[in-house]
Amino acid sequence: MSKKDFDVIVVGAGPAGMAAAYVLAKAGVDVIVIERGKFPGSKNVMGGIFYRKPMDDLIPEFYKEAPIERHIVEQRMWLMDDVSHFSMGIKTQKHNSEPYNCFSVLRAQFDKWFSKKVVEAGALLINETVVTEPIVENGKVVGVRTDRPQGDLYADCVIAADGVQSFLAKSLGLRKKITPNKVALGVKEIIGLSEEQVNDRFGIKDSKEGVTIEITGPFLKGMEGMAWMYTNKNSVSIGIGVIIDDLINHNMNPNDLLESLKNHPSVLPLIEGGETREYLAHVIPEGGYKSVPRMYADGFMVAGDAAMLVDSVHREGSNLAVESGKLAAKTYLEARESGDFSEKTLSRYQEKLEETYVLQDLRYYKNLPELLEEKRYLLTEYPQFLIDAMTEIYTVDGVPKPEKFRKIKGELKSRFGYIGLAKDLYTIWRKLR
Amino acid sequence: MHFLVFIKQVPDAAQVRVDYETGTLIREGVPAIINPFDKHAIEAAVRLKNQFGGKVSVVCMGPPMAEDALKEAMSMGADKAFLLSDRIFAGSDTLATSYALWAAAKQIIKEEGPVDVFFAGKQAIDGDTAQTGPGIATRFNVPLITYVVDIKNVDPEKKTLELVRLLESGQEVIQTTMPCFLTVEEELNTLSYAPLPYLIRAAKTSVKVLNSKNTEIEAEYCGLKNSPTKVRKAFTPPKRERGEMIEGDSVDGIINQLYEKIEPVLKTMGKVQ
Ligand SMILES: Cc1cc2nc3c(=O)[nH]c(=O)nc-3n(C[C@H](O)[C@H](O)[C@H](O)COP(=O)(O)OP(=O)(O)OC[C@H]3O[C@@H](n4cnc5c(N)ncnc54)[C@H](O)[C@@H]3O)c2cc1C
Ligand SMILES: Cc1cc2nc3c(=O)[nH]c(=O)nc-3n(C[C@H](O)[C@H](O)[C@H](O)COP(=O)(O)OP(=O)(O)OC[C@H]3O[C@@H](n4cnc5c(N)ncnc54)[C@H](O)[C@@H]3O)c2cc1C
Repeated sequence: MSKKDFDVIVVGAGPAGMAAAYVLAKAGVDVIVIERGKFPGSKNVMGGIFYRKPMDDLIPEFYKEAPIERHIVEQRMWLMDDVSHFSMGIKTQKHNSEPYNCFSVLRAQFDKWFSKKVVEAGALLINETVVTEPIVENGKVVGVRTDRPQGDLYADCVIAADGVQSFLAKSLGLRKKITPNKVALGVKEIIGLSEEQVNDRFGIKDSKEGVTIEITGPFLKGMEGMAWMYTNKNSVSIGIGVIIDDLINHNMNPNDLLESLKNHPSVLPLIEGGETREYLAHVIPEGGYKSVPRMYADGFMVAGDAAMLVDSVHREGSNLAVESGKLAAKTYLEARESGDFSEKTLSRYQEKLEETYVLQDLRYYKNLPELLEEKRYLLTEYPQFLIDAMTEIYTVDGVPKPEKFRKIKGELKSRFGYIGLAKDLYTIWRKLR
Repeated sequence: MHFLVFIKQVPDAAQVRVDYETGTLIREGVPAIINPFDKHAIEAAVRLKNQFGGKVSVVCMGPPMAEDALKEAMSMGADKAFLLSDRIFAGSDTLATSYALWAAAKQIIKEEGPVDVFFAGKQAIDGDTAQTGPGIATRFNVPLITYVVDIKNVDPEKKTLELVRLLESGQEVIQTTMPCFLTVEEELNTLSYAPLPYLIRAAKTSVKVLNSKNTEIEAEYCGLKNSPTKVRKAFTPPKRERGEMIEGDSVDGIINQLYEKIEPVLKTMGKVQ
């Protein structure tokens, strides 16, 4: 090799990049992290859910010092139409004691804290610098070019953790073509309320406890998407993500969708009177397992969103980012022993990921994107049926119960047909097997 | 040559809001930045260093978080950074601040060698007094050149340089000897996009902390007790009301209406009887 400034260059200081840098720095590797924002998290107002497990393995009991908003004790799932919602969920004290299950965080603060830990561990963090291209010599990635004067850097290995758009993975031809039917556009707001308002409105006793609500159903007018609300300390994150193709076909604007969500009779009382503090739009990769690219090349690995590691069914992303960053770092450490950073050695990275829940979860749902694309009605008609059935059952109007149940059964038959119902169930079972 | 730049960390004015009930600034959650004028001072010093050789030192008095400002100064090309931080400075006015910075500068000279050009910003965007630079210069008893918009004909041998000052009615060109003290305007230069090696060096270099223990600073000149300036009141100027529109059918009519309005004012000014 001609030149070498560092052992490893990590591009992007999101959860994936920082997890990788943390593991490497702790192992004494000379690692540099390049981030284009003013500081890590500066461009990220994701008030989102951060999962404990992968982070806890990295920095034990991190939640005792990290800036977290609330630990989540209740998760609700709403099926919603224009006037009603049918609610399910789980609230459990098992999630109300250490080590907790997951947390609401404001990424701008959380990422900044994480980056401090990474720097303390010994990594160099360079902000306000954009990586413009990989430097490739003899088919091997040997470094990156940045937009700064004298901005070339050389290393044994580059880890691309540069998020959904991953310019690096694209320019190396690693990414599969992303089509607008596999990508969602997410818009979200942080709505400021007082701590007491959040507690009262979401039925919380202690300001440390939090609630999440995931919302889908016919209010989306047949589009595939998901809305959510998360409680922060003194604010609520509210957002909605919809597949871009659907937005185009329905001639819908995500801002209008968010506005109508905020004004929905089930939602409005929870956020009424609050002041919008921040607004963000961001792309979410939802192609699932089938869109996961080859995650390695000579001297190169891809982690996190850059590798399309998002589980949209369970709104998991940041945890998969941390897990993949860690594994990329571990793969580097193994490769270092033999001094061989070739594609062949680094392919162990993807093999390892396949052995973890990260790719196993994604693989489990691998047919889901196609299924939902083919049968959009699964997202509207069944939820609508449930809402109507529940409304019927809870309405006391003198109609005898047996008749109500007969009516519901009749609806089921006329809306789906017993054969249709059996077919749908069979398809879902087949696709998820 | 050795250049020493005084930089202040200030709240980003663009993001400061006013609490109209108490009349005070809401600083909470507002990001801190390097005083904009001081950035141009750093830029000028780094350019001179690149042209004539030597080094650039920066010093900032402030709380521990002011380290961010010094790190940023290093990523702009400064070589040595000093944070002057001690509880005894709490509540310092410009007199006490310029004393403390002067004492710190003497310590820096002891460690890094004599300074040829001292730099400060024209003024700080929060305090706005424009007194700190002159206060330090006076203590060093060196020529003070304020409102600098250009630096020319630097002669390291003869130890002279020419400076262009911005005046109300034009510009003034001054030749002076080194060491000297400049306070600078934003027009002095345009900030450059720093090369990557500067950023890497800044990330690798730590800031040295100066305090009352490792510097010869006498506590009797520092802090609130030794600050003669007392802020009696801070208030926000009343919002300007919208101008009144005078309408009419004829020019004469409008002029008459206008005259009626301003007549009392003209009377108080003695312009009419
Ligand atoms: C609206 C929305 C809500 C979400 N909610 C959740 C949730 O509740 N829970 C959850 O677990 N996940 C959630 N996710 C997903 C989660 O945000 C991502 O999966 C996670 O942030 C991925 O981490 P990452 O490190 O791979 O990428 P990112 O967090 O995107 O970080 C990439 C970093 O790289 C930097 N970068 C990019 N290009 C360059 C370049 N060329 N040069 C230098 N730097 C560069 C960026 O500035 C950024 O800091 C949500 C996503 C969205 C959009
Ligand atoms: C009664 C009183 C109490 C105060 N208490 C505090 C306090 O507790 N904490 C506090 O932070 N401030 C305090 N201040 C304000 C602070 O002392 C002044 O801001 C400071 O003296 C600089 O004055 P200025 O902002 O007008 O700067 P100017 O004189 O307008 O600044 C001109 C230039 O001087 C240099 N400079 C100014 N300040 C510094 C600095 N701190 N370090 C390095 N270079 C500098 C910069 O180059 C700047 O561009 C107090 C002021 C008063 C009057």
